Amino acid sequence: MAEEEEEAELSEKQKVEIAKWFLLNSPPGEIQYVAKDVKSILNDDGVYDEASSEAFPLYNKSHMICLQMPDRSGDVLVTSFNELDVNAFLDPRSAQVAIVDHVKQDCIEVRPAKDEELPSPYIEEFRCALDAEVMRYVDEAYPKGVCSVLCVNGKDVDGPGSDFELVVVISAARLSPQNFCNGSWRSVWNVGFKDDQQRVEVKGKIQVGAHYFEEGNVQLDAKHECEDSTLFQSPEDCALSISSIIRHHETEYLASLEASYLNLPDTTFKDLRRKLPVTRTLFPWHNTMQFSLTRDISKELGIEK
Amino acid sequence: MEAAMGLMRRIPPKHIETGLSALLSLLPHHSSELLSQVDQPLQVLSDMDCGKEFILCEYNRDADSYRSPWSNKYHPPLEDGSLPSLQLRKLEIEANDIFAIYRDQYYEGGISSVYMWEDDNEGFVACFLIKKDGSKTGQGRRGYLQEGAWEAIHVIEVGPEEEGTTNYRLTSTVMLSLTTNNESSGTFSLSGSIRREMNMRVPLAEGHLCNMGRMIEEMEGKMRNSLDQVYFGKTREMVCTLRPPSEVVQMRMPES
Repeated sequence: MAEEEEEAELSEKQKVEIAKWFLLNSPPGEIQYVAKDVKSILNDDGVYDEASSEAFPLYNKSHMICLQMPDRSGDVLVTSFNELDVNAFLDPRSAQVAIVDHVKQDCIEVRPAKDEELPSPYIEEFRCALDAEVMRYVDEAYPKGVCSVLCVNGKDVDGPGSDFELVVVISAARLSPQNFCNGSWRSVWNVGFKDDQQRVEVKGKIQVGAHYFEEGNVQLDAKHECEDSTLFQSPEDCALSISSIIRHHETEYLASLEASYLNLPDTTFKDLRRKLPVTRTLFPWHNTMQFSLTRDISKELGIEK
Repeated sequence: MEAAMGLMRRIPPKHIETGLSALLSLLPHHSSELLSQVDQPLQVLSDMDCGKEFILCEYNRDADSYRSPWSNKYHPPLEDGSLPSLQLRKLEIEANDIFAIYRDQYYEGGISSVYMWEDDNEGFVACFLIKKDGSKTGQGRRGYLQEGAWEAIHVIEVGPEEEGTTNYRLTSTVMLSLTTNNESSGTFSLSGSIRREMNMRVPLAEGHLCNMGRMIEEMEGKMRNSLDQVYFGKTREMVCTLRPPSEVVQMRMPES
């Protein structure tokens, strides 16, 4: 066919773009499987390597994947907030920098963080206190959650008088391909400390995804944003009130997700297809003559709807 | 090809069209295989003669034209487009009329089309299509859905009559997507596609239409159920594994 001839000549650049699109649209935890299929379809290692070297870092950061650091010093989250370099990510809790291999999704080595990579002692007090509180919450609420508190603005502020901003990231993934199901929960809480107003503004973004693929392909994609604020107090008091804001909103969001699911069978789904016909009995396939009769009559009487 | 189908199983169902066209451009020599194995969202055309809409698929296509089940004419017009035999066309007309009523009773709106054609072994093939836009701007009566689509493709291979019975082989695909959106809970979007098969040998006493209709009704009921209970249920279970509901958490909490 003529149209195929035209399409057959894709430039390398177009192939890279297509490969990246597939990789970036991988469900939680499935990029390696997608990569394998993309590689075999492309049948061109050069194109594949280029696409994967561009797509993996983006995917890893947007999914906030968690990697184990080699020296048992814990986990590091790969996010855009702690990225020092393409493959270097700061773990402020252990004051280390993890060097990662994006495509293998592996942490190759760690090095101690340099002073200039870490926040000032003043900021660290707030960060550390919040980290401890959030960690306590995440341990309680998520069976497999990982969290980190990072400074994204004003990390060198060395005392009262200036604004600064922390971000709390929580990432929980559950991968069980043997049960045909994968999922992830990601939340990002931007915490802005406003010195002049003596307030702390909290903005949250939560994203939940799940993929079930036994004899089918069904995906959940849910997003939510919210805002709250509290008083600018001591590091410990701030940590307590911010973590309770996060706990409150996430618990509420989970309840609203549950409500969305509960509404499915009786309300939402009904607008697509009813369980039973409007007549509440199965369709009378054995007696469809009645329809042609009633239709003829209603046509004659002009009462057709 | 295997890798391509692997990708389609993982790509978000709402991106099926983009995914398919990407695969078609990467694998042009597999295009017919891809087009027959990957179900795409259904497109609709309007039949100018009777002002009714009909659904497009591979089964009513000839060259670049599509045959309307209402007027039996190709759109855009095609000189010698293939048509079913007179006898089969009679059954097709009846099937379209009855299936439209069935569709209205279950879907409260939507579009349906039935196409039939002779096959090589004395039987025939029938394809029943339904497309429903359940969004509040579409035909969602209750107005819960920001976006919502149900598309069903049922292909039945009907065998020749043997001693008063006939064999029916049904392959059904349902593609579904729904999004709700409100201030307190954000956007909640579920999408999916599943495919099922069913085989049946039944007496022909009540006619093909009756047999095929019952089969489709049963299949649609089962598929709706598994989407609702099994598939959506599994994603819900996943959410609860990621972050168990608060009652469970509070029981473990020592204080507060």
